[in-house]
Amino acid sequence: MRLRAIGTVLRREFGAYFDSPIAYVFLVAFVVIPNGLFLFVYGAQRQLSMREYFSLLPFVFLFFVPAITMRLWSEERRAGSIEILLTLPVRAGEAVLGKFLAAYAFLVVALAATLTIPISMTMFGSPDWGPIVGAYLGAILMGGVFLALGAYISSLSTNQIVAFIISVSLSFLLVLIGYHFVRAAAGRLWTFLADVLAYLSVKTHSDTIARGVVDTSDVIYYVSLIFLFLMLNVYAIQSRRYAG
Amino acid sequence: MISVQNVTKRYGSVVAVDDVSFDVSSGEVLGFLGPNGAGKTTTMKILTCFIVANAGTVTVADYDVIEHSLEVRRRVGYLPESVPLYTDMRVIDYLRFIARAREIPAKERTGAISRVVGECGLGPMLGAGVGELSKGYRQRLGLAQAMIHDPDILILDEATSGLDPSQIVEIRALIRELGREKTVIFSTHILQEVSAVCSRVLIINEGRLVADDTPDGLRDRAGREQTSIVQINGPASEVERALGAAPGVRACTLVGAKQGGYHEYRVESDQGVAIGERLFELVRSQGWTLNELRTERASLEDVFLALTRGEATTESDDSEAGDEA
Repeated sequence: MRLRAIGTVLRREFGAYFDSPIAYVFLVAFVVIPNGLFLFVYGAQRQLSMREYFSLLPFVFLFFVPAITMRLWSEERRAGSIEILLTLPVRAGEAVLGKFLAAYAFLVVALAATLTIPISMTMFGSPDWGPIVGAYLGAILMGGVFLALGAYISSLSTNQIVAFIISVSLSFLLVLIGYHFVRAAAGRLWTFLADVLAYLSVKTHSDTIARGVVDTSDVIYYVSLIFLFLMLNVYAIQSRRYAG
Repeated sequence: MISVQNVTKRYGSVVAVDDVSFDVSSGEVLGFLGPNGAGKTTTMKILTCFIVANAGTVTVADYDVIEHSLEVRRRVGYLPESVPLYTDMRVIDYLRFIARAREIPAKERTGAISRVVGECGLGPMLGAGVGELSKGYRQRLGLAQAMIHDPDILILDEATSGLDPSQIVEIRALIRELGREKTVIFSTHILQEVSAVCSRVLIINEGRLVADDTPDGLRDRAGREQTSIVQINGPASEVERALGAAPGVRACTLVGAKQGGYHEYRVESDQGVAIGERLFELVRSQGWTLNELRTERASLEDVFLALTRGEATTESDDSEAGDEA
């Protein structure tokens, strides 16, 4: 892995987001909806908390993140530009990481844009900063999982829309298996399964985020899932070279 | 410089490249010829490390394409057939991206970019979006990205397709120029192009190599005969007999009647016979009149068709037999 090669791909991909109007539309939606939500919650409960926002975040990410990742590889394959990319002196792993980090950077920009919420909170009183900072860190980690999953799915299809729908579905599944009713059903089959599903679900780990706690076990969970999906992504790209 | 040994590539049950071997030495301009789907593009994709062959070994600049893929890619410039560029970028940004990805040191990038911009005539388009470029400019940008790191080896898949005649002449001249110092492999359907640019020709058909020769060598293969077409006004059967009996002529056939009482004849003679002179003498001595006389030299087209058609027939016979079995 060479940083320069990764950086080259990152720069190109990050720039590509801002060459299309979809990115701006999404940024606006990503900022307007949470801000509105915050005002709504504040109006109803007079609470200076972002807890509602962060507990909804997995569902916002569900749609937002696959939209960021859907074109990463599928468009490259559809247009054939992958042929130039992979015949440049750039390793598959470097290209995968560069694209993932570009999408990550875009997500961080989007999250940073929602900082208007905590900033506006200071106008209403003094919010508790600890949980907010913790929740933002957690959100970045959780976003990474959805990004890595979406990027991997994008490498499997030449159609962006197909990549988007499959990514949303799988991301949804990753959240859904953490819900009580799914775990209860699974527990009736096999008790151990309920615990496995609970551990595997993003929801379990994002719940602790909403409370503003970033646990080491959560960090390990997020980082290993990101790593897993990135490895699958590299494998998907490499195996196409051998395909026949 | 490039060595391809017994390379086979299959896509499912289709054999795209079938046990192909050839070597290319430094400074050669190699034309890669064949009908669509013959395996030219697949071979080029293997050489550029985009895909991996099922069998055989390929080395480029003494590096194995699988084990030292990165070293191979550093030394090769590649223009894929469909010229797949990033259409969302501006031309200048695209070239900057490629220069960076090609590991050109920061200080030399501007110089490298202006060199290829000059060579490929991209000057007026630097600020334009890649997606807005005409076919000709896209092709030039594709060529520019392949040349930006001044590679020893250039692999160009149909570099002149879609260009207008004056652009074709320009690009050919550029390839010839590049061929003085570099090894160039380029594929084409245009046979004229091969004689205009290449020092050597490989003809590939149905995945197999069917010829490996110089353009002149290939023409000689077409045989030792030459064919002349002549229009004469005179009694048809008598003219045909007289022409057939003329010295050096192997055969004469009446093609058909033309305007003004003329008939067209096809005269086959030995190569090197001054056939025009003899036919003219004959016509004058008989008091006939001559309207047209042209001699056709065996063309690369003839060789190409002979080589690829012959192969195709046997191949399809084989596969039919296989299906029945």
